[in-house]
Parts: sequence; C-alpha cells; structure tokens
Amino acid sequence: MPRKTMIEAIRDAMDVMMARDDKVVVFGEDVGFFGGVFRATQHLQAKYGKTRCFDTPISELGIVGAAVGMAAYGLRPCVEIQFADYMYPAYDQIVSEAARLRYRSNGEFTCPLVVRMPTGGGIFGGQTHSQSPEALFTHVCGLKTVVPSNPVDAKGLLIAAIEDPDPVIFLEPKRLYNGPFDGNTDRPVTPWSKHDLGEVPEGHYAVPLGKAVVRREGAALTVLAYGTMVYVAETAAAETGVDAEIIDLRTLLPLDLAAIEASVRKTGRCVIVHEATLTSGFGAELSALVQETCFYHLEAPVTRVAGWDTPYPHAQEWDYFPGPARVGRALLAAMEQ
Amino acid sequence: MNTEDPDEISSKVENRAELGGDMEMSNDAPLSLYVPEPAVRPGGVPDFSNVPIPKAGSVARPEVDVDPKMIRDLAFSIIRVLNREGQAVGPWAGLLTDDELLEGLRHMMTLRAFDARMLMAQRQGKTSFYMQHTGEEAISCAVRKATLSGDMNFPTYRQAGLLIAGGYSLVDMMCQIYSNERDPLKGRQLPVLYSAREHGFFTVSGNLATQFIQAVGWAMASAIKNDTKIALGWIGDGSTAESDFHAALVFASTYKAPVVLNIVNNQWAISTFQGIARGSSGTFAARGLGFGIAALRVDGNDYLAVHAVARWAVERARRNLGPTLIEYVTYRAGAHSTSDDPAAYRPKTESDAWPLGDPVIRLKNHLIQRGVWSEERHKQEETHVLETVIAAQKEAESHGTLHSGGRPSVRDMFEGVYAEMPPHLRRQRQQAGV
Repeated sequence: MPRKTMIEAIRDAMDVMMARDDKVVVFGEDVGFFGGVFRATQHLQAKYGKTRCFDTPISELGIVGAAVGMAAYGLRPCVEIQFADYMYPAYDQIVSEAARLRYRSNGEFTCPLVVRMPTGGGIFGGQTHSQSPEALFTHVCGLKTVVPSNPVDAKGLLIAAIEDPDPVIFLEPKRLYNGPFDGNTDRPVTPWSKHDLGEVPEGHYAVPLGKAVVRREGAALTVLAYGTMVYVAETAAAETGVDAEIIDLRTLLPLDLAAIEASVRKTGRCVIVHEATLTSGFGAELSALVQETCFYHLEAPVTRVAGWDTPYPHAQEWDYFPGPARVGRALLAAMEQ
Repeated sequence: MNTEDPDEISSKVENRAELGGDMEMSNDAPLSLYVPEPAVRPGGVPDFSNVPIPKAGSVARPEVDVDPKMIRDLAFSIIRVLNREGQAVGPWAGLLTDDELLEGLRHMMTLRAFDARMLMAQRQGKTSFYMQHTGEEAISCAVRKATLSGDMNFPTYRQAGLLIAGGYSLVDMMCQIYSNERDPLKGRQLPVLYSAREHGFFTVSGNLATQFIQAVGWAMASAIKNDTKIALGWIGDGSTAESDFHAALVFASTYKAPVVLNIVNNQWAISTFQGIARGSSGTFAARGLGFGIAALRVDGNDYLAVHAVARWAVERARRNLGPTLIEYVTYRAGAHSTSDDPAAYRPKTESDAWPLGDPVIRLKNHLIQRGVWSEERHKQEETHVLETVIAAQKEAESHGTLHSGGRPSVRDMFEGVYAEMPPHLRRQRQQAGV
C-alpha cells in the first residue's frame, strides 16, 4: 500500500470527493493556483477547474460566510482557514450561522460544510500560528469537531466530514503533517513513509465520526489524547514504563464516551493530555465525564496535562509544549496514588 | 468646530511644548474627536432640509449592461417615479399594469394590517416580541414582484413583505409569531424570524448582517452550477457597519456574483441615527463605488420606483452582468421593535415631516389618478384586508399563543441540532424526561 504524508492524505480525500461529487468545492486563501501554504490543495485547481477550487480574498469571515450560503444552496464546501489562529473573524459565521441553520429553520436549510484549519504548535509559529482552539468549537451545539492524528485517519475522517450533513470543524495538527512528532525535539522525526499509519488506501473510504481508537493497549492507566499528543503519550509511556492504554479520540464531538468508559473502568486511572491551554480546555469536559461515569472505578484523581494558560510563546516553545517529560511525570504521579 | 476656550487651548499647547523638550512644536490646536449628531432631538422641530430630494422622473435609466463606472452619479441621487400629483413619470415608469399595481397596494395594506394586529397581540401578551414595517412596506413587497420563483432572499427581520407578496400563508406567519403547536419552526425562533425555503426566504438570523455575505455565497453557488437563479441580500443602514457587509462587497465584486445587495436605509438603527454608520461618506450606496459595483439609490416609499430599480438589478444579475448595490431611502415610522420607544430619541412628529411620504398613500393616490381606484374603494379594501388578517389570526390562535393553548413539544427542543441526534443529546433528552 502506498505511504503518504498527512498533507498528501488530506489532499487525496478532497481529490476523491471532488471526483465523486461535483457539489464539493474547495477554497480559501492561497488555496487555488498555489495549492495552499501547506500544499493541501495542490493540483486541485488544475484538475477540477477554477470554479471548483479557487483563491479568496483575505477574509475568514467572507470565506465561511460565503460557504454557509453555498451550503444552503446545496453545495458541499470544504474551505481552508490558513491557520486556526486566523479563524476568529469567522467565528460568528461558524457559531451563530453554520451551526444553527438546521435548527432555526427546522431543517429547511442545512449546512454541510467542512472548515479545515491547521492547529497546534511545534513549528516556532509563535502566538498566531500555534493555537489549539478546539474547545471553542466543542462548546458550540450544532458543530462536530475532528482532530486526526495520522494520514490514514485524516483521509477517512475528512471524507466522512465532507459527506456529513452538518458542519464539521476539521483541525489538522500541523506538526504531524510530515511525521508522527512525539515532542522529543532532539531526535530526528520519523517520516510517515516509515510509519504504518502512513499507509493510506487508494480511493474512497470513510472513518466514521464519533469513534475513538485504542493506539496502545495497557492495563495500568488510561491516557485520553488526540492529535500530536497521541505520540507524546506513546513516548511517555515507553520512557516511564507505565503500561498505559492510549486512546486517540479522533472526534471530540460527538465523543466516543463508551470507549473512554470501557478503558477507565478497566484501568482505574486516567490522565488527559492536550496541547491547548488548560483552563476550560476540552480536558475539563473529559475529566468531568470520566468522574461522572467511572467514579467508583477510579483509584486516583483524574489529572490533566496541557499547555500553560499563557499565549503560545516563541522562544519558550518547548517549555510550553506538553512534551513527553511532563506527560511522563503525570503518568508516574497517577500510578503513585 | 471647536468650542473650547482659546486661552485654555494655548495653555495646553504650552504644556505640551514643555513636555516635548526639544521636539519642534507647531501652533496646531489640540485634537478633538468628532461625534456625529442627528439634526434634531426630542423637543426640536423635525428638519429634513438636509435630505435633497430630486424631482420624480429626473434620474436617467441606464441599460442593464452599463459599466458601473459610468453611473456613479446614481449612488448619490434618488430614483423616483411618483410625483406629488400621483403621476408616474420618467424613464423608470411604465413597467407595471393596473392589476399589478392594485395587487401591490393590496400587499402593502395587508402587511400594514398584519403589523397592526400582531403589535396588538404582543401588547395583549400573546407573544413576546414583534417588529413592524410601518413606512417601509413598499420595499419588500415590490422587490418580491421583481424576482422569480427559485431566487433566494437573505432577509433581515423587516422584510415580511417578501412573504406576503409571494403568497405565503398569513396563518403560518402568525403561528411562527405565536410559537404555537403549528409553528413551522417548532418554537425555536424569536417571533418574525421566519424561514420559508419554498418562498425564496432564507432563515432570518437575528444576528445582524451575517446574511449579506451568505447571499453572495448562495449566488456564487448558483453561478458555479451554471444555474439561472439569483440571490438577494438584505441589510439595514446601521448594520452596514458590520464586517459582513464589507466581506459581501469584496466577494460580490471579486467573483461578479449574481446578487442584488439591498440596503434599507430607514434613518434609524434603534436609537442611533444613520450618520453613525455612514460616517462622512456621501451615501450608503456610495459604499459600492470603491468595489466597482453598480450602485443606485431609490425612493423606498415609491412602490413603482422600488420595483423598477429592483427589476433592473435582478435582470443585471440574471444576465451574469454582476452585482448591484441598492440603497432604499425610507423612514422607519414605527418603533424599532415592541421593546423600543422612539420618543426617547427623536421628535414625535419627525415621521410626519419625512419628505418621501407614505408608500401606501402614494400608491393609492397614483391608482386614483389613473382612474382605477377611489377613496371609497380604498376604504372597502381596508375593511376587506383587515377581515382577512383577523380570520387568519383566529385560525392561528386556535393553535395556541405563546403562553396558552397548543405549543411545540419539549422534545422539539432537542431535535434538529444535528441531522442525527448524537449520544450526548440523547442522554440529555432522557434527563429532561421527554
């Protein structure tokens, strides 16, 4: 099976869907002729023409607002926000419009829209190219929020997102575009071409939204993670020797609570890891759900490892990023309880 | 204008010079912030002498394929058809038959009677909120008749004439206002935020301006699919200040979208006069000029002028000649909503002084002048329209009002957030016991 980078897998998903469904249109800043600043849409304009894949003015509000109108017409727009950090001008169109068309019109108008955005740090992008705003979307009823962690999932999840009848926020951890980064900055990164999850089937397949997957089976402790933190947790488990069960959530909303419950009931311990800032982060929701559903199985407090509650710094990137050392300490601490 | 005492100013300048050290100081007076004010406030005498009104029939009618830069003057004038004598004059006249005009009059009268009954119903506690159209009836009623079935309007909360002139059920509108058991929107939306896809009426948000860029996107989609339908965006004078307005103009301009962008300038955004949103630009229509968009201003209280200009813009869009920005100059004669009291911010008699008159009376006078209508028939029609509206109201109220009778189920609250209810919502619905 051919191996692809995550960017190639994401591009492949759009390519497959544009070929299958002429209602799928792709646009955003630098997305057309150039193929996007991360090259996720490279060659799509040449293949499908300028009215299916095109550049837009630098207006995130305009991109999403126009896409809402297109979706209401009956198209299936899959738009790119160049960095998740730039999505704030579009937030009203996402929260008050895309997410609510179906509800407020009693199904007369719907919004089958995908908003892709690169997220997370690890590329020295500073505060405006590193943010992880997933909790700002999971808090909004009417949206689905997806965070893939590898090429094979990214393609299948993006296809499922484009086929979904409701708006989907598709957050792409940009540090994973080229390989499964585990937070160890002093070691060479394994490229996806050398990783099993880089094996991406040809053609159409969907990874269903709302289904988590166990990346590492273990008996001692459950780690809930998504995106880049899946690899950080794997390395932390290997380096500390804690027999952690690592769950890659893949979709934050709808959440696969059944998978979480099954694992925590088995292990009795739970550590939640995300790169986004701690306070009111998605980890708070996860922690609440775990204690609500698994309280009598818990042998230790549920703990969270997250980005500090500061803007994403530049020079201090690796002090900010919740790397394997911090996650490892949290695993050991949970085991000592 | 600076009203400060000159001595005080010079002393400030001296202080600044001391602080500035070796900075070279000019003799400029200190800066002062300009905050626009309306010409008159409550207690004053209404004055619209600053609103120049061109003579009816005096503005040229260009071909629809005109280059926008050749008609820049139309963004600063006012296209008018009906003159003071009730005659239809000039190049924009003559598009509608007597029957079509009578129908238009009936639509406006129906909307006015509908407003009156629903305002009363709100005062009687049958619903929480209502918004009237008084003075602005011509705009949505006439524009609807310039469009075709399949075109899509992206309205604000003050375009119910699109529904009435399109033959939408008055009973369904009222059931939405009452949030009752027959409410097409299941009680989820604030009163008057209708949705009627089959009638080319996009779900009204209540968030201002968001629909303007959505209309452009819908129009782009129609063009992408080589369809023949066009979109119409709607916005008020106040909300042109939102970024959505500017995004809409950029996208409409860039992709030459088949869209008609309508600004209803009714002079007041709740208590804020239009000068706060307009700033120092000449007109709202003139906002389109920098984008190369054809921009026209029209007498919004003149049914014939509104219809003629909308038809021009619709044809332009349908022929793929690009977007048009229209400013309808009108006056909000009523309150912003049932939660508003205009007497607190503008003279009570300002509405009477509005120089463009009342749209219903003007069309009535025109039809009388044409010899197809009379004061007596108008009175009969008023009675007939009121009876029709009251009959619809009785039927609607038989399905309940906000606090009594049939209401949407609590189950409906949980439905329709997603196409398929996700597990967490199913759990919450169970917790709610429904």
